[in-house]
Amino acid sequence: MSSGSKTFISGNEAIAAGVSLARPHVIAAYPITPQTTVIERLAEMVADGILTAEYLHVESEHSALSACIGASAVGARTFTASSSQGLLYMVECMHYASGGRFPVVMMNANRSVALPWNIYGDQRDSLSLLDSGWIQAYAEDAQESLDLVIQAFAIAEHPDVLTPVMVNLDGFVLTHTYELVNVPDQVDVDAFLPPFQTTNRMDPDRPMSLGFTAGPQHNQAFKQLQHLAMLSSGRVIRETEERFGQLFGRNYPGLIEAFRCEDAEYVIVTLGSVAGTVRPVVERLRSMGERVGLIRIRYMRPFPGKEIRDALAGAKAVGVLEKDISFGYEGTVFTNVNSALTRAGVQLPRLLNFIGGLGGKDISVTDIEALFSRLKSTDEGETVTFI
Amino acid sequence: MVNSSKKRLSIRELSEREFFYGHKACPGCGGSLAVRLALKVLGERSYAVVPAGCMSAVGFIFPQMGFACNAIISTFPGTASMLSGVAAGARALGLENVHAVGFAGDGGTADIGFQALSGAIDRHDKIIYICYDNEAYMNTGVQKSSLTPVGARTTTSPVGQRLRGAVTRKKPMFEIVAAHGIDYAATASVGYPMDFVRKVEHASRVDGTSYIHVFAPCPTGWGHETSETIAVAKDAVDCGLLYLAEYVDSRFFLNHDPGEFASVREYLLRQGRFRHLNEEEVLSVTVQRDAGWERIRREWKS
Repeated sequence: MSSGSKTFISGNEAIAAGVSLARPHVIAAYPITPQTTVIERLAEMVADGILTAEYLHVESEHSALSACIGASAVGARTFTASSSQGLLYMVECMHYASGGRFPVVMMNANRSVALPWNIYGDQRDSLSLLDSGWIQAYAEDAQESLDLVIQAFAIAEHPDVLTPVMVNLDGFVLTHTYELVNVPDQVDVDAFLPPFQTTNRMDPDRPMSLGFTAGPQHNQAFKQLQHLAMLSSGRVIRETEERFGQLFGRNYPGLIEAFRCEDAEYVIVTLGSVAGTVRPVVERLRSMGERVGLIRIRYMRPFPGKEIRDALAGAKAVGVLEKDISFGYEGTVFTNVNSALTRAGVQLPRLLNFIGGLGGKDISVTDIEALFSRLKSTDEGETVTFI
Repeated sequence: MVNSSKKRLSIRELSEREFFYGHKACPGCGGSLAVRLALKVLGERSYAVVPAGCMSAVGFIFPQMGFACNAIISTFPGTASMLSGVAAGARALGLENVHAVGFAGDGGTADIGFQALSGAIDRHDKIIYICYDNEAYMNTGVQKSSLTPVGARTTTSPVGQRLRGAVTRKKPMFEIVAAHGIDYAATASVGYPMDFVRKVEHASRVDGTSYIHVFAPCPTGWGHETSETIAVAKDAVDCGLLYLAEYVDSRFFLNHDPGEFASVREYLLRQGRFRHLNEEEVLSVTVQRDAGWERIRREWKS
């Protein structure tokens, strides 16, 4: 098993370390707070010769992803990173990458979207793009960030998947927080992640047209294939994590992490770094005999509907806590969770939606305790509340 | 830097192989001719990057592909950035003797694709960017672009009581890309095919970014006979509204001085898009032409 080396690095630096170990051929990126240190570290590695990659200083996020698609279309492994406004600026290319089945890997530093301007973390940027055809992973800490980004290449490039992957880190709270991280050895990552091989590329010895037009008689068939590939990525994610665990000794639980959910009656469902705030509250309430639990969604696409249904089998009340709001309705994560439970056709638990952390608004331990109290009370009240 | 040891291509040496055929371009399409000629020069190890626009609309309709070399549609703004990615990917993978060549229209180049083009030139990426200029958004039905010439009728610059066609002058794309300090730039016309072919061949040997702006009439949008495409493209040069030039080693070269110009009036009035112009407006175009040429003849090397 890989020993790796312990280093004290930030979430962004963990991403850069993981990307470097994945040996991308082409990195194209444009700076935006709080993503910048990812592409700075990568630029340093290229400058120092630690990483051999083409590093394109593009003039926009749109061009960053467009260049990655071009490189992927000739069979290169590619990486870019962005955040917030920059992510939105590349949206056209996001649909393009997924529709063309180009397995680009991107890190997104979750950040609020203007207006009002705000550089701090919420998840409205990526959650507004659930329909762009990208696999979306959400990390909780720096170690998971590093491991996710290495796994992301293996998942994206899997022949049954061929779908781009976005690895999300909460802006500042995760991107800029320093933690002790085990950085794997290159030789072990090489064993885990062999060079990218694909037939979906423009080979000079076997020319083909990619990125083409498909009219009404063919278009939907391509979209169905894309949907099936995304669905099958759930299996590939679990297989990839299993293989990763065997090699590196760090095991991941699939599309969701169910924490103390086995007999839980009151459960908070959330995603990203705020799970680190919920977890100790669950521990403390458990020690007082309360049957509470936490579900941390690790992948929003493919959506872990079945996993969430199974984990909530005995729940009386569930609160979905998210840093997002679909104006005029409810949080998007809540919509997805609600749909999964409804589809199960089981007796529904009481479902509440807690919107918090927008524009970096702090979510404290006290806030989480209040949410559990709210779940336990039988008071009627608004389904969607801002905390 | 240019390797000038190789001798110039003659018409007899131009490949008989075709790399762009079976597409659905309109009869008399100048743009498809530019693509066809350029790929004859660049050959089978070309990666053609074609943004949303006429050439992608006619050349990539699944399952009938019009390109015999590798080809991909880019996003509308992303011709140059995708070319950069293709070139970087090919370099990283050790692929040799390949050409990343883009074919974008005037709108895809001078308007929506301009930012990415500027970025690619700035990086001196080894790409060949060919703008086929048919002076409007033809794929969407003849709307004005920033390369639509003054006076031209388009569906968004119609001839009305108050405004008479486009009111702005063409962006000088050749000089704009040259101002970047680009490695190689040229203008061309499908009416002078061997001049165009020679420039593509030159671009293929440039270790850096090349930009070729090729004038490509569109009978559908311009309102001339489909059999007149070459004549119109030639006439544009002969009447002096278009110059054939190159920018090499940081210097401008005029390739062809018509001396005494053919009639601007005849060039304009043979096309439906200009037929509303009165004598005063034709004279204004002529005066602007003369001012441009006075500067070109003074400043550029013949």
